[in-house]
Amino acid sequence: MSDLLSLARKIDDRFPEVVQEIVEFRGDVTVEINRSALIEVCTFCRDDETLQMNRLSSLSGVDYWPEEPRFAVHYVLHSLALNHELRLKVYAPGDHPVVPSLTALWHGADWPEREVYDMFGITFEGHPNLRRILMPHDWTGYPQRKDYPLGYEEVEFTFNFERVQSKKPFPRE
Amino acid sequence: MTLTPDDLTHATEIESDHETVELALEELRGRVTDRAFTGETLLLNMGPQHPSTHGVLRVLLELEGETVITAQPEIGYLHTGIEKNMEAKTYEKALVMTDRMDYLNNLGNNLTYCLAIEKIAELDVPPRAQYMRVILAELQRISSHLVWLATHILDLGATSVMLYCFRDREHIVDMFEMLSGQRMMTSYIRPGGLWRDLTEDFLPALRKYLDYQPKKLDDYERLLDNNPIFLERTKGVGVVTQEMVLDWGMTGQMARGSGINYDIRKASPYTGYERFEFDVPLRTEGDVYARYIIRIEEMRQSLRIIRQAMDNLPDGPFRSNNRKYVPPPRSELGTSMEAVIHHFKLWTEGYSLPPGEVYVRTESPKGELGVYLVSDGGPKPHRVHFRTPSFWHLQTLGEVSKGYLVADLVAVLGSIDFTLGDCDR
Amino acid sequence: MGVGVNTSQESKTGAFGVVTTTLDQMINWGRTRAMWPMLFGLACCAIEMMSAQASHYDMSRFGMELMRASPRQSDLMIVAGRVSRKMAPVLRRLYDQMPAPKWVLAMGDCCSCGGVFNNYAILQGVDEVVPVDVYVAGCPPRPEQLMHGIQLLHEKIMKEKVFSK
Repeated sequence: MSDLLSLARKIDDRFPEVVQEIVEFRGDVTVEINRSALIEVCTFCRDDETLQMNRLSSLSGVDYWPEEPRFAVHYVLHSLALNHELRLKVYAPGDHPVVPSLTALWHGADWPEREVYDMFGITFEGHPNLRRILMPHDWTGYPQRKDYPLGYEEVEFTFNFERVQSKKPFPRE
Repeated sequence: MTLTPDDLTHATEIESDHETVELALEELRGRVTDRAFTGETLLLNMGPQHPSTHGVLRVLLELEGETVITAQPEIGYLHTGIEKNMEAKTYEKALVMTDRMDYLNNLGNNLTYCLAIEKIAELDVPPRAQYMRVILAELQRISSHLVWLATHILDLGATSVMLYCFRDREHIVDMFEMLSGQRMMTSYIRPGGLWRDLTEDFLPALRKYLDYQPKKLDDYERLLDNNPIFLERTKGVGVVTQEMVLDWGMTGQMARGSGINYDIRKASPYTGYERFEFDVPLRTEGDVYARYIIRIEEMRQSLRIIRQAMDNLPDGPFRSNNRKYVPPPRSELGTSMEAVIHHFKLWTEGYSLPPGEVYVRTESPKGELGVYLVSDGGPKPHRVHFRTPSFWHLQTLGEVSKGYLVADLVAVLGSIDFTLGDCDR
Repeated sequence: MGVGVNTSQESKTGAFGVVTTTLDQMINWGRTRAMWPMLFGLACCAIEMMSAQASHYDMSRFGMELMRASPRQSDLMIVAGRVSRKMAPVLRRLYDQMPAPKWVLAMGDCCSCGGVFNNYAILQGVDEVVPVDVYVAGCPPRPEQLMHGIQLLHEKIMKEKVFSK
């Protein structure tokens, strides 16, 4: 939609060095910004009269291994009054991914950021309680990264039946 | 596996480590108030196995007497790694996994995922399939609300309503079985339309059901609406303010119970919802009772939508003709070479979507269900992330139940209407 | 089944209400006819388990209408749903808290063999942590399949030898 593009360009005008790219795909507009300016851009989106993005709709992480920058965090901001949405995307490098946390603006970002931390290992600065949420608390590794194995069990055929059965931990009773 | 008398049968024989208990208490510093460490307040673990937690949810409670000071939910006990598992399967095969996420909203999950694929691929859906998708999504909504009613009211103490609701749900589930052969995990909604056309027994059964269900809903309302025990337990309990809704990203009945009129079926309609007339119930009190009234009314509105869709159901194909994504019918395989080639390609490698990212949202019975689909141009999804309503609502438990009694906590848990499969994925 | 009173026969022979059986069969009969399952519904199979308990496919005909939340008061654990690695120690602990005699019925594909999910997060079969007596297949199994599984379990228990070795 062209009006979404114009709204995205407003962000570009307001924060010129921060916006890396504006992508339009199938009618939706994603604004890719520098991660250091995330909180300012979100505050602007929330307070500006024409944007009024008062709701954080979604927060997800993506792993683009082996491309660099490896990680991305994708935000969907939605406006209840004006009924439009805008998407922000923030990239983080592979070796030490740190992204500012949005919990100061919206408390609802609490658990989704913990999930992204748990699954990808991206640290969110300013998060009050960054612990593992879905995996057991002493799990090592970040499961949703592309270099983490799926961890599946081999399909048992007659030729490998004994080998697979010996690895299965049956209880001793 | 015969059991012998030497088996470990007493939990007292299981060693408990005093140091681990102290370490565990230290970990809680910052998450509970300091009064828990002096013993002024009671730390209670409402464990993963509990009749009222609707699945495997662990709630860490800090109680002062019976009043809840902190209630922190711990999830992850049902984490299935669905998103990572979907990255290892082709798009069509990964559809099967979406059924099992929110297991009360199987067709809704299918629909959301298929809408995302259709958006990227720019795949058309014929009108007959669109109307059927609406009918199925609304039937699924009624079925989910029936299970919600059953478990919520069971927690509040009325056991007979549970039996009534499950009896009604059997009718819906029988209809799903007529269409797809499966009661719950149907995978009936596929990219491009539906898996197969309607069977002959579906529409008469649906007509009969539409006459049957409103009377039963009247029965439930008569039982519960003015029931003094129910009113005592639910009015004024678990109040959610409008600021909380915006702050915590609540959607669905949590938002509409507090006066924020946001229904995705009206705001950004999908699969033809704009053609149907229906009301969206709205209340302003924001308590458990308001959300109960909204859900019962939503069931009635769903019946209204289904009646409109059923009366105007168009004829025509049930799935798109785009052979790049939709397999040809088997009857064509004997005569057409292109059909064989398409069939072969779709069954071995699967279709590849053009690269790009989309976010699609639908109104699931619990709130806003969103799919963020990243495609890199290959046959398998690069990243599928589900924005599930239960996950976003459950984090508010501490806020919503602060200051209420433990018995009210049970009512609040039921009223938030979460499903752990939806939450943990 | 070995336990029954055939009054017409007895009345002809003149002996009323005398039943001959073994102590084993009496005990097994008592164990199976009022088995209390423990509420262990985890995921989707739990909904089908609740459907099986509801009025359409009534499970209380088998004496199982009472689902005990406490493991101390139950003798059958119906594991219904997928068991994740985080849940496995909890499951084991609950199993240990059940007093003997206890049985485990693995309901559904996910707890029999891992089901649809073959990945890092799900146990490939709940028999990795607890010994299972009956496996019920299906995703999710129909309530009738669950009841068939329970009847199989009853048959299995009736064959157990408690006193005579």
